[in-house]
Amino acid sequence: MRKFLTRRAVASAVSLLVLIVMVFFLSRLTGDPTQLYLPVDASLEARENFRNLHGLNDPLIVQFGRYVGDLLTLDFGDSIRKSRPALDVVIEAFKWTLTLALITMVLVSFAAIVFGALAAFNVGGVFDRIATFFSLIGASAPDFWIAIVAIVLFSVNLGWLPTSGTGTLWHWILPIAVLFIRPFGLILQVVRGSMITALSSPYVKTARAKGVRPRPVIFVHALRNGMLPVITVIGDQAAGMLNGAVVVESIFGFPGVGKLMIDSILQRDFAVVLAAIMVTAFAIFLMNILIDIAYAVLDPRIRY
Amino acid sequence: MADHLLEVRNLSVTFHTVRGPVHAVRNVSWHLDRGEVLAILGESGSGKSVSASAIMDLIDCPPGQITSGELLFEGRDLLKMGREERRDINGKRIAMIFQDPLSHLNPVYTVGWQIEETMVIHGTPRARARAETLALLAKVGIPNPGQSAHKYPHQFSGGQRQRLMIAMALALRPDILIADEPTTALDVTVQAQILDLLEKLQAETGMGLLLITHDLGVVAEVADRVVVMNGGEIVEQGSAAQVYANPQHPYTARLIAAAPGKGEMPPDRAPAPPLLAVSGLCKRYGEFTALEGADFALAEGETLAIVGESGSGKSTLAKCLLRLDEPTGGQALYKGADLFRLSPKDLFRMRRDIQMVFQDPTQSLNPRMSVYDLISEAWVIHPEILPRAQWKARAAGLLAQVGLLPEHMHRYAHQFSGGQRQRIAIARALALEPRVIICDEAVSALDVSIQAQVIELLADLRRRFGLSYIFIAHDLPVVRDFADRVIVMQGGRIVEQGSVRQIFDAPRETYTKNLLAASLDPDPAVQAARREARHAAKVPA
Repeated sequence: MRKFLTRRAVASAVSLLVLIVMVFFLSRLTGDPTQLYLPVDASLEARENFRNLHGLNDPLIVQFGRYVGDLLTLDFGDSIRKSRPALDVVIEAFKWTLTLALITMVLVSFAAIVFGALAAFNVGGVFDRIATFFSLIGASAPDFWIAIVAIVLFSVNLGWLPTSGTGTLWHWILPIAVLFIRPFGLILQVVRGSMITALSSPYVKTARAKGVRPRPVIFVHALRNGMLPVITVIGDQAAGMLNGAVVVESIFGFPGVGKLMIDSILQRDFAVVLAAIMVTAFAIFLMNILIDIAYAVLDPRIRY
Repeated sequence: MADHLLEVRNLSVTFHTVRGPVHAVRNVSWHLDRGEVLAILGESGSGKSVSASAIMDLIDCPPGQITSGELLFEGRDLLKMGREERRDINGKRIAMIFQDPLSHLNPVYTVGWQIEETMVIHGTPRARARAETLALLAKVGIPNPGQSAHKYPHQFSGGQRQRLMIAMALALRPDILIADEPTTALDVTVQAQILDLLEKLQAETGMGLLLITHDLGVVAEVADRVVVMNGGEIVEQGSAAQVYANPQHPYTARLIAAAPGKGEMPPDRAPAPPLLAVSGLCKRYGEFTALEGADFALAEGETLAIVGESGSGKSTLAKCLLRLDEPTGGQALYKGADLFRLSPKDLFRMRRDIQMVFQDPTQSLNPRMSVYDLISEAWVIHPEILPRAQWKARAAGLLAQVGLLPEHMHRYAHQFSGGQRQRIAIARALALEPRVIICDEAVSALDVSIQAQVIELLADLRRRFGLSYIFIAHDLPVVRDFADRVIVMQGGRIVEQGSVRQIFDAPRETYTKNLLAASLDPDPAVQAARREARHAAKVPA
């Protein structure tokens, strides 16, 4: 296991390095940084000062070395907008996104697994119909539309929930509910499919021949076997959310990474964009390792 | 009339499928008493497992439906009991073990937990269940019970897994054990050990044992009485010895006649120049040696059988000869060229000459290709064999040769029975006009009557075209009937080779002797005599 983790860490470090190189050179390809960082009407002198100050006149390779060196000391530079270290700004926003993603994914996973398992146990029954309904909605209705309809209905017309922003627990309900729907439908279908296979497997027959009751047959014997493909999809969906639920965060004015990235790109706050990319990349790398560990915990035949 | 321990009366079960209702069993009646072994004998589709599934409440409704009958356990009808009451009986009073223990054990829980579970769900406190599990593991012959209880099913061998299933089933000392093909997936020597264990445990507990099997040898070895089923109906029942010696129903007579291993063995062949000469064939997978220093020769028109238990390297040998797997060392001279060092172009030509027929035609035939596509693909790949205009006629001819109707060539594999599918696989191999056909357990999955027909077909093709066969099998009686020479393999090595007569009548190696001794004879009288001899041998020791 330790060997596997080391190997995984090395492989991920290589991917991170490639990402760093790409981000650096791509940001240089977008043109003269002074055009990006300084106002359009800045004087030539101001531009030259900016270049000297940030070492933009040095050879590219020197700049790259300095850039990597800064990264290693976790120095992404300052946010122009907020005049604070970019990393601090990103981590602050990331906490919001992480909380939102975590709560949503825990709720989604729990609900999808229970509903999916019950749908699989009685194909064509009540839970199966709920599963089909939600999958259809999740697959066909775009989340920005659901978000706007939800605001109109629950905030504007009924006045039950705040329209946007943060502050109270009530503020969390709509973003979570809107983020919930699509992964719920998707994971539900995966759980249902993999549980139908697990429930028709020979070891379930053995359990029934032993006299095991239906509930433990589903949730003890079949579920752990049916979880492996589900874990993969849950991880994939969670990664998407960590990357910033851009649309939902923007609509609900939620101060997460997705909204921060959009705002920073619009306002040319490149230090923040870079920091945000690196932080989310690192988080997704950590989550992939967690998924691999979950695999090994669930299935004793998998050993790294 | 005194109550039997278990009595099935006029049971009929129907399955509702998309193609209409299937009457799986009709008016089946049999009974089982304490301390007795009853075998239900039948081929696939005979409905031999259905009554057991009904007893264990394993028939799902829908699609299944029990249309009539009673299942009397100690005089009470199981079908009139509630779900809860039946679950109390399952595992505690009536237990069941299955054919393939690997898939029937839950892969993600330790075997100790799974055995404990049987006891815990029926009310035994966890701590006592844990202690009893260790005792049970020791009783069924699992080494190091303390450690083994914490292992997972995949960490055991096939025979050990069946022992684990038995431990799980017998945890609560049930009155009845139902064993559905308990030894079919196991090697012969392991089969003998498992049957021995079941017999010993039955003598100890006095339970009734219901054994479902297709194997006359297993019936001969353990059954007191036998019920013969065909097409969902009981055709005959009686004592095992009586049914074998004096079958009343023509189906039973046919089944007994089809059992291999009783014919005349072929005379030894005169030495002939080898068509294929293999020497020093090795195959390693990393650290693991699958095959070591295999030397043998195959003559024109000869059938060379390779026998051995699972893991002995027989299939690896076949795959290396075809270069489906690259050998690590050695050479194989065929028509003067070394198969293992052919250029890709020569290898392509060689593949025409050496063809393979696999064990499971359901998996080896592409389900999306019609029979005509499957056969004519050979000519697409090797166009020099036949001009396109003649493909239809030749495909029809090949189908006729293997005993299928040429007008069925536009059907798909799933529209045929298992035996017919294997005929399609043989026709496909013949399309390339090969010199050698490698049959890897090609008849193992087939029912005995079908098996006999396919063997007859292979023998006929050998006579007509002078084909040579490398016939890989674990079933010794089939080999005895069909092969000219035999190679015995164990743990990746050839331990003995010789003519069929020499191997079967005068084996030299202990391993070969053990293998032959473990093989079951379909005649209960023969098996009884062998058991007598075994017990006599054990007593002085």
